[in-house]
Amino acid sequence: METNVLKKVDIIFDITDCDYLKILDRCMSKTQDEVILDIIDSGLKGRGGAGFPTGLKWKFTKNEDSDVKYVICNADEGEPGTFKDREILDRVPEKVFTGMAICGYAIGAKEGYIYLRGEYNFLKKNLQAKIDLFNKQTIEKNFDFTIFLRSGSGAYICGEESALFESMEGFRGEPRNKPPYPTIAGYNWKPTVINNVETLVYVSMICNLGPDKFKELGTKDSRGSKVFSVSGDTPNAGIYEIELGMPLEQFVDAFGDGDTKAVQVGGASGHCVPRKNFNDTIIGFEGIPTGGSMMIFNSSRSMYNVLHDYLEFFTEESCGQCTPCRVGCQQLLKGIEAVKKGDRKPSYLEELKKLALTMKSAAKCGLGQSVANPFNSIIDNFREEIIY
Amino acid sequence: MSSTALLIKDLVEKHGKNRNSLMPILQGIVQEERYLSEDAMINVAKELDLSTADVYGTASFYTFLDTVPRGKNIIRICKTISCHMKGKDEIIETVENMLKVKVGETSHDRNFTLLTANCLGWCHQGPVMLINDDIYPDLNPGKATSILEEYMKAH
Repeated sequence: METNVLKKVDIIFDITDCDYLKILDRCMSKTQDEVILDIIDSGLKGRGGAGFPTGLKWKFTKNEDSDVKYVICNADEGEPGTFKDREILDRVPEKVFTGMAICGYAIGAKEGYIYLRGEYNFLKKNLQAKIDLFNKQTIEKNFDFTIFLRSGSGAYICGEESALFESMEGFRGEPRNKPPYPTIAGYNWKPTVINNVETLVYVSMICNLGPDKFKELGTKDSRGSKVFSVSGDTPNAGIYEIELGMPLEQFVDAFGDGDTKAVQVGGASGHCVPRKNFNDTIIGFEGIPTGGSMMIFNSSRSMYNVLHDYLEFFTEESCGQCTPCRVGCQQLLKGIEAVKKGDRKPSYLEELKKLALTMKSAAKCGLGQSVANPFNSIIDNFREEIIY
Repeated sequence: MSSTALLIKDLVEKHGKNRNSLMPILQGIVQEERYLSEDAMINVAKELDLSTADVYGTASFYTFLDTVPRGKNIIRICKTISCHMKGKDEIIETVENMLKVKVGETSHDRNFTLLTANCLGWCHQGPVMLINDDIYPDLNPGKATSILEEYMKAH
């Protein structure tokens, strides 16, 4: 980075020069493969947290031989500290619909679903009205693609793609074994592209302005910009779109309250970065990737309380299907409570860290696998706060 | 036919008689009745040709699909870390005192159930609560009191 200033951009919420019907027309004047190549060429990676290359996902799904395929917009935004998708769906829903329709065209899907978390039901009325209008306009274009709205019912795990399919099919939101991946067998076990809300907006942007415009932003490993949800001990809590690849130090300079002791990057399932590492931590796929949650803690906060809160969260939200996650979350929580009370020696924390790593390799899905991220990073960096 | 049975008939008609409609149907019942009674679940199972255990299995997985009776209004206060840091404990205390219930309980007149919830997605404007589907961010005890008074007046 040449400068010490955060590179803020305004793409996601910018509505000038963005006639979504024209964007659709332009896409449909290209072949399906050309559209997919544009997305691959842009370097866009999923904005929900996992960061899978979007274009590849589309290509794999397009290559599947099936009469029925689906596009799903994952709006089950439940990661603590994230609220960007709600803001996007509230302010620029048409951009999301356009991204879905482009995907539908590219992979050959006729139906798209938005799975909106139940906590955001207040958005439904307005969203449904805008979906109806959009559907009407695509019919008028003779473009066979219809968007439907579905709701969640208060389960964090349903943000995991295969759990989300299970939920849409009327089952308990328990993740499936992978493979097969959604590109082969997703919703109704048909080839499915499932993308995050924000990813779909960048798709519209790339199709509107071209992949080169997107590539100009960010770094070699982290193309483009990203919407960050900033919360915690900051005078500037809110939503900010920033180029990827920034050092955490710059972020803290811009958003901290002058007394920042740690930043939790990526929500409860992300990593805790202590002050001493701010300078050599890059926010992006070459460093710590994030779905956008940035929680800032100042020196008045107890990191024991933070970790305790996260573990309670995971214990409640674990679907209970696989033992490493179900039992692991409970034991980690009980474990730090026992160390705090003095019922266990501080060295017990090493045992707990091993348990967390076991969960990382043995749990069935991302929920159980990622508990080691906050657990080990908080224990390693704030051990004394956990013990005393 | 009971009002629940009629409601279920309508919902099945609207969403379709297949397993993929189970969630929207259960959500529709909760929207009207605030919880899923045993009768309602048995009825849905019959309509969709599923086992009752299957319907209960799905329902019991989801926090928002309650299978125990709830009040006419369900209050969910976010308890996750950002809201905790901004004072959610005082909000819970305020509401508990007003309604004379603890978290998890339903008021004597059955008008309110008080619950906590995991992250509601308003971390920049905490503390926050949901009452039914309506969201109330940027709370303080005074604000929470006046919001609740409005709801109490309506009953």
